[in-house]
Amino acid sequence: MIPLAIENSDRYVGGAYLVFLLLLLIYVAIMAAKLQRVQRDLGSLAELAERPSREGADRDVGQIRDREQEIQAVRQGDRG
Amino acid sequence: MDMARALRSITLRRLAIATVLVMGAGYGLAFLYAPEDADQGFIQKIFYLHVPLAIVALVGFIVAGLLAIQHLRTGDSKWDARSYVSIHLSVIFGVGVLLTGAIWAKGSWGVWWEWREPTLVSFLIVFLLYATYYPLRYAIEDRDRQARYASVFAITAGAFVPLNFAAVRAAQPLVHPRTFSDAGGLPGSMLLAFLVCLAGMALLWVTLVRFELTSKRASGDLKRIRRALGGGDGPPSPARSIAPVATSAMSQMRAEGRR
Repeated sequence: MIPLAIENSDRYVGGAYLVFLLLLLIYVAIMAAKLQRVQRDLGSLAELAERPSREGADRDVGQIRDREQEIQAVRQGDRG
Repeated sequence: MDMARALRSITLRRLAIATVLVMGAGYGLAFLYAPEDADQGFIQKIFYLHVPLAIVALVGFIVAGLLAIQHLRTGDSKWDARSYVSIHLSVIFGVGVLLTGAIWAKGSWGVWWEWREPTLVSFLIVFLLYATYYPLRYAIEDRDRQARYASVFAITAGAFVPLNFAAVRAAQPLVHPRTFSDAGGLPGSMLLAFLVCLAGMALLWVTLVRFELTSKRASGDLKRIRRALGGGDGPPSPARSIAPVATSAMSQMRAEGRR
C-alpha cells in the first residue's frame, strides 16, 4: 500500500479545477476560431451572391446608354 | 409529443443557461454545503469534478456506439456525425479525467500515476483506444466507407467500455476508492452535491455536442451554398475531411456527385 501524502490540499483542488477550466477554455477558443472561419466564408459568399446582380445592373446601365445614343443619332439624322 | 421532438425543441441557448445554472448549483453545494471528507479532507472536493467527468466520458462513448448502430441501420450521415461528435467530446472529457485524476493521485497518494491500480490503467486503455479513432477515420478517403468503418469502430469500442468497467469492478483495487460500492458509502449531503454535479457535467456534454453539431451543420451548409453559387471550394481534402458534416446538405451533395 502506498503511504498517504495529503498536504497542500488547497493547491491540488485549485489545480484540478483550473485544469478543467483551461481545457474548457481551449475547446471554446478552438470552436471560436472555427466560427470565425465560418463567418469569413459567409462574408465571401455574400460577396459572391451580390456579384451577379451588380454585373447585371452595370449591363443594364450600359444598354440604356447605348439606346440613348441610338435615339440621339436618329434625332440628329431627322434634323439633318 | 415524443421525446426526440421535445429534446430538439430545446434551443442551444436554453441548454447553455441550464448547464451554467446546474453546474453553478452543483459546485456551490460541493464547496459550501457538502462536508469535508473525514479521511481525505479538503482534497476530496476533486471527487465532484473527477468522477462526474469520468462517468459522462464513459457514458458518452457508449452513446456514440448507439448512435453508430443507428447510422449503420439507416445509412443517414447525421447519425455518423452525432457519433463522431460524441466520441470527440468524450475524448476531451477523458483528457480532463486523466489530468484531474493525476492531480488527485499526487495529492492523496504522493504519486502522479500508479501503474498497479486497475482503475487508472483501464481508463487509460479506453482513452487510448478512442484516440485511435481519429487516425482510423482520416486514413479513409471515401466518405461513405469512412463513416461505415468509424461506426463499426464506435460500436465495438462502445461495447468494450461496460465490459472494461465490469472487469475493473471485479478486480482487486490497490488504492483507488470504489465509488458507490459500499451501501451508504456517501452521506446524504455529499450524494446530493455529487448528483447535481453529475447532472451539470452531463448537461455540459450535451450542450457542447449540440454546439459542435450546429457548427458542423453551418460549415456544411456554407459549402453547399458556395457550390450552388458557383464559387466551388474544390473537392474535399481527405486530410481535412472534417468528417461527418452532419447535414442533409452533404448527403445531397454526394447524391448530386453520383448523378
